[in-house]
Amino acid sequence: MTLTTTDLLLEATGISKTYGAVVALHAASLAIRPGEVHALMGANGAGKSTFVKILTGAIRPDTGTITLRGRQRIAHSPGEARHSGLVPVYQEPSLIPDLDIRANLRLTETPIEPFRHWAGELGLDTLDLSSMARQLPLASLRIIDLARALAIDPDVLMLDEMTAALPANLTERVLEVIGRRRGGSKSVIFISHRMIEIASICDRATVLREGETVGVVDVTAGAEDQIVQLMLGQAISDMPAVGKGAGAGARASDVTPRLAARSLSARTKLHDVSFELRPGEVLGVVALEGQGQDELFDILAGSERPGGGELLVDGAAVSFRHPADAIRAGLVYVPADRAQALLMQRSVRENIALPFTARMRTWGLIRTRAEHVKVDAAIETLQIDTRAQGEVRRLSGGNQQKVTIARWVAGGVKTMLCFDPTRGIDIRTKHQIYLLVRDLAAAGAAVLLYTSELKEVQLVCDRAIVIFGGRVVAEIAAADADEPTLLRAAYNLKGDAAIPQLAAAEPGSGSVVAPVAQQEAN
Amino acid sequence: MGASTSRSGGGAAILAAVRRNAWTIGLVVFMALLLVFTKIIQPSYGAAGLQGLGSSVLPLALAAVGQAIVVISGGIDLSIGSMMALTSVVSATMMNEQPEEFAIVVVICVLFLGLAIGAVNGTLAVVTRVPDIVVTLAMSFVWAGCALLVLKTPGGGSAKWLLNLVTGSLGTEWIPRAAVLLIVVVAIIWIPLRRSRLGLSIYAIGSNRLAAFRSGVPVGRTRIAAYMAMGLFAALGGLSLTASTGIGTPVPGPYTLMSVAAVVLGGVSLAGGRGGVFGAVAAVIILQLIRSDITFLNINPNLAVVVQGVILIGVVMIGSLVQIRRARA
Amino acid sequence: MSGSASVQPTRASWASAAAWRGMFRDRPIVPLVGLLALMIVVIRIVQPDIISPGWVGVTFRAAIPLAILAACQTLTFLTGGIDLSVGAVASMSGFMVATLVGHQGLAVALLVPLLIAAIAGAVTGFGVGVFRVHPLIMTLGMSLVVLGLANVWQLIMVQTGGGVPPDLRTLGSATLGGILPYSLLVFVPLAAFILFLLRGTGYGRLLYAIGDNPIASRLSGVRSWQVLVVLYSLSAVLAAIAGFLYSGLTNVASVSLVDTAVLPSVAAAVIGGTSIMGGRGGFSGTIVGVLILTVLTSLLSSLGYPEAVRQILFGAIIVAVAAAYTRVTAES
Repeated sequence: MTLTTTDLLLEATGISKTYGAVVALHAASLAIRPGEVHALMGANGAGKSTFVKILTGAIRPDTGTITLRGRQRIAHSPGEARHSGLVPVYQEPSLIPDLDIRANLRLTETPIEPFRHWAGELGLDTLDLSSMARQLPLASLRIIDLARALAIDPDVLMLDEMTAALPANLTERVLEVIGRRRGGSKSVIFISHRMIEIASICDRATVLREGETVGVVDVTAGAEDQIVQLMLGQAISDMPAVGKGAGAGARASDVTPRLAARSLSARTKLHDVSFELRPGEVLGVVALEGQGQDELFDILAGSERPGGGELLVDGAAVSFRHPADAIRAGLVYVPADRAQALLMQRSVRENIALPFTARMRTWGLIRTRAEHVKVDAAIETLQIDTRAQGEVRRLSGGNQQKVTIARWVAGGVKTMLCFDPTRGIDIRTKHQIYLLVRDLAAAGAAVLLYTSELKEVQLVCDRAIVIFGGRVVAEIAAADADEPTLLRAAYNLKGDAAIPQLAAAEPGSGSVVAPVAQQEAN
Repeated sequence: MGASTSRSGGGAAILAAVRRNAWTIGLVVFMALLLVFTKIIQPSYGAAGLQGLGSSVLPLALAAVGQAIVVISGGIDLSIGSMMALTSVVSATMMNEQPEEFAIVVVICVLFLGLAIGAVNGTLAVVTRVPDIVVTLAMSFVWAGCALLVLKTPGGGSAKWLLNLVTGSLGTEWIPRAAVLLIVVVAIIWIPLRRSRLGLSIYAIGSNRLAAFRSGVPVGRTRIAAYMAMGLFAALGGLSLTASTGIGTPVPGPYTLMSVAAVVLGGVSLAGGRGGVFGAVAAVIILQLIRSDITFLNINPNLAVVVQGVILIGVVMIGSLVQIRRARA
Repeated sequence: MSGSASVQPTRASWASAAAWRGMFRDRPIVPLVGLLALMIVVIRIVQPDIISPGWVGVTFRAAIPLAILAACQTLTFLTGGIDLSVGAVASMSGFMVATLVGHQGLAVALLVPLLIAAIAGAVTGFGVGVFRVHPLIMTLGMSLVVLGLANVWQLIMVQTGGGVPPDLRTLGSATLGGILPYSLLVFVPLAAFILFLLRGTGYGRLLYAIGDNPIASRLSGVRSWQVLVVLYSLSAVLAAIAGFLYSGLTNVASVSLVDTAVLPSVAAAVIGGTSIMGGRGGFSGTIVGVLILTVLTSLLSSLGYPEAVRQILFGAIIVAVAAAYTRVTAES
């Protein structure tokens, strides 16, 4: 079963990359056979994105060799990688917003006819080449990006999370088109978090962990468990349980809800969302990507105004014009993207103390001692490693996330809105965050927690609401919220129907590739 | 059926093109209205007025074209005034008391000098990774200093035919030579550039640098190329200064900041990637027309500066207000 | 992550290079003061007789108004902005004082331009903060407006004459015992105020916060337009004060007096280590930056170099220092 180097289409061996003292990759390898769809897997922080950057020529490895069709080469730029036959498609399309599609094709020297063919295959047959990339919906742009890559017919096509947040019907088409490339002479590197997709189209999977290739798995029935095992490693078993139930007394339904939403709607994304969040409760929000949860949290945090519906805090109707209004009403927001939350060049202390001086009457003299007490207490509560506290950007991802939470803990939390707070951080920090959330609830705070990791619901939440297509489609008690149940609910499945069909039939998903005119009409 | 759809498709294409260039078209219409207005308030304004207008806007128009190219690429050049001063004094010194024919050599040399100093600006910005605004600000000192080294006080000379090139009219007296020159220069340099892959790349890196990089655009080289194109236009601007005044002046004029203002008024986004050079040229002409109208109206001429400032602020404010509203809608 | 991120002790040379890098990044003022000291040593070697108490006084006297203008740039840089209107505002206020003092008395003559500056600054702040106009464009437009209005004022006032009031001349140009310029009386409290503002007040924190990450600031409840309106008003008032000192220093009242100081003020803030992209820097570095530029000017003129050489060196130093900052503060 072993293959010699010449049989491989692409081979990367001994790739390492170090940033300062941080080792991003130290023994990564990848071997792609002709005609296969090969998954590249790894938990967040495993070095996947660094590996992708090296393969596509965005950065250079410190050591290691890359061979494509038997010819050794390391690309020095994405342009060079393209010319040697490796074309990537990313989650954010690399189309130039201010150029029309035709100019975008010229920029990458893509022939138009094959492009049209592939765009048609992918369900985009009415595309007007003179429309500006800026005016097209994101899903169309991704399809265009993929069609553009297919039109070149590259030796190796690399898809980096390109199906994320793509509507189900399009995802299906993409997978179908990708699957057709199996068995030929060209190959696909497929990167995705969705195990279902991996199982349906991939031949083999390479798994990275802590900068190292830890295994190559043939994707057959039941391979998922093996892949997950490799991704997690031996050291980490299942997560320890988190104590729950302390806030149970406050969850009686006769208590005035801390936060109540009544038929909230926003633009095209959110149609009718109602829920109640009671003091002492952790309410989970579950949704596939792009179902309106971003808009919901933006509204609750005061960043966006709702198109309709009503929002009540402690029984009184509120209307937020600015995040400051939401904060004053006790609603504090922890965004998923730490780059949105942190002052990267400033100290841990300044980051935590930022809300203290936000209001005009606190512009004056800083009461240093009082501030220190609060900040130190928050640092203590969250166990933030303050060795590199001069600049937040030098902290690890987990510590950064703790700082964004500490900012609100320091001032005392009434209602916390957490949007996927454990995204891309290590397991130990995750667990600390779970404990903290439970502690906050036990102390009477209310927490709304959106999570993309379904198992967190049972670990942390008291109950969960499921949003699909901008509507709340289910409410599930924590006891019943195991992963299969949540996933079925997230796909809005009833009974035992197969997953993709129903999702594809949902109204709204078809409009993603609507012509430009409709988009402009909005 | 087929014909009707194709016609409506063509109509839609025209409509889309109009919409895409709405700002530039609006500027040209406004410029025409201003010309009519000028004629009304000053009935004697005629061919001579147009010729004067042509030669007075030429240096700034060239600077604005150069600045527009850099701003489209996502940069900004605060040294363009100094570059014009340097190229102007170099050309004036070289042409001083030389035969007329020698001026052709001088023009070619100065154009190459423009390319070279543009390349220096661009290379420094790319290699040091210092923000463009800081690099070019620093280089504005350097080029102004170099201009002073070449010529301490205004002096030198210019070939007669160069002067004739930027003043007077061509064919009928209604077509200023300066306007023809401007159109020819832009047509020779900008239009082929705009249509080339390099031109696309310049727009691409200004619009979304990461996407451009991922699409295989050599970002560093393209930035340098944009600065070189700007250097070329700065050299042309410097030559036009020498030609129109007959001497070289080592002190930078107001061209740096005015070119930025014209570019913004011309519909080029300071964030890069959007707009074109024609809007910037129209904006230069409009600013000059306002200045002369205020003189004709016997209003304190200093108010012209105020009006220019108010227009700059007002237009940009309205523009960003529209954008904010559109983002909310 | 936790395992791979740990810092391994390696060769001593690397450690010391990193230590230097760290110092340059965290305390840029140390190498800057070193550079300044080096220049003074050079002056002592090439022109031993030039350094005298009088020279110190003259240097300070020239540096102080520039330092105030550079404060405007420092404060606006911190939020990711820039203030190109300082030249026009400063010239306008110097000129206004000279024309008003004859009829209205010194107090009114000083207050009126300060008030005008504050209004102009507030308008700028509204443009930047509420309408989100790029600060470069907004301040450029404002400088055209202020300059034009000053010119109109000049034409109106051309008959009344007037001149730089003697008190202002003393303040701007006289020195105590030939060493300490009286303008220190203005500068020391101002500098102390700015340093305190940046280090000890909530407002100062917000300047850094907005420049570092406007989205994070907004999500933390900061209404940045309020901060920016106050900032640009403050900047304009500082520019007006600098304008008083400039007219006192030169005994000239002209509407274009301070134009040539705008780019040096930007340069001083850059050399002083304040990032034009926002979120990093401070006023103490800027003061040293101003001194470096002023001493360099003095050195070159004492050596008989022409203005041209000074400008070229200015430019080269800005690029070199900015490149050094970019290198040491770059991520990873």
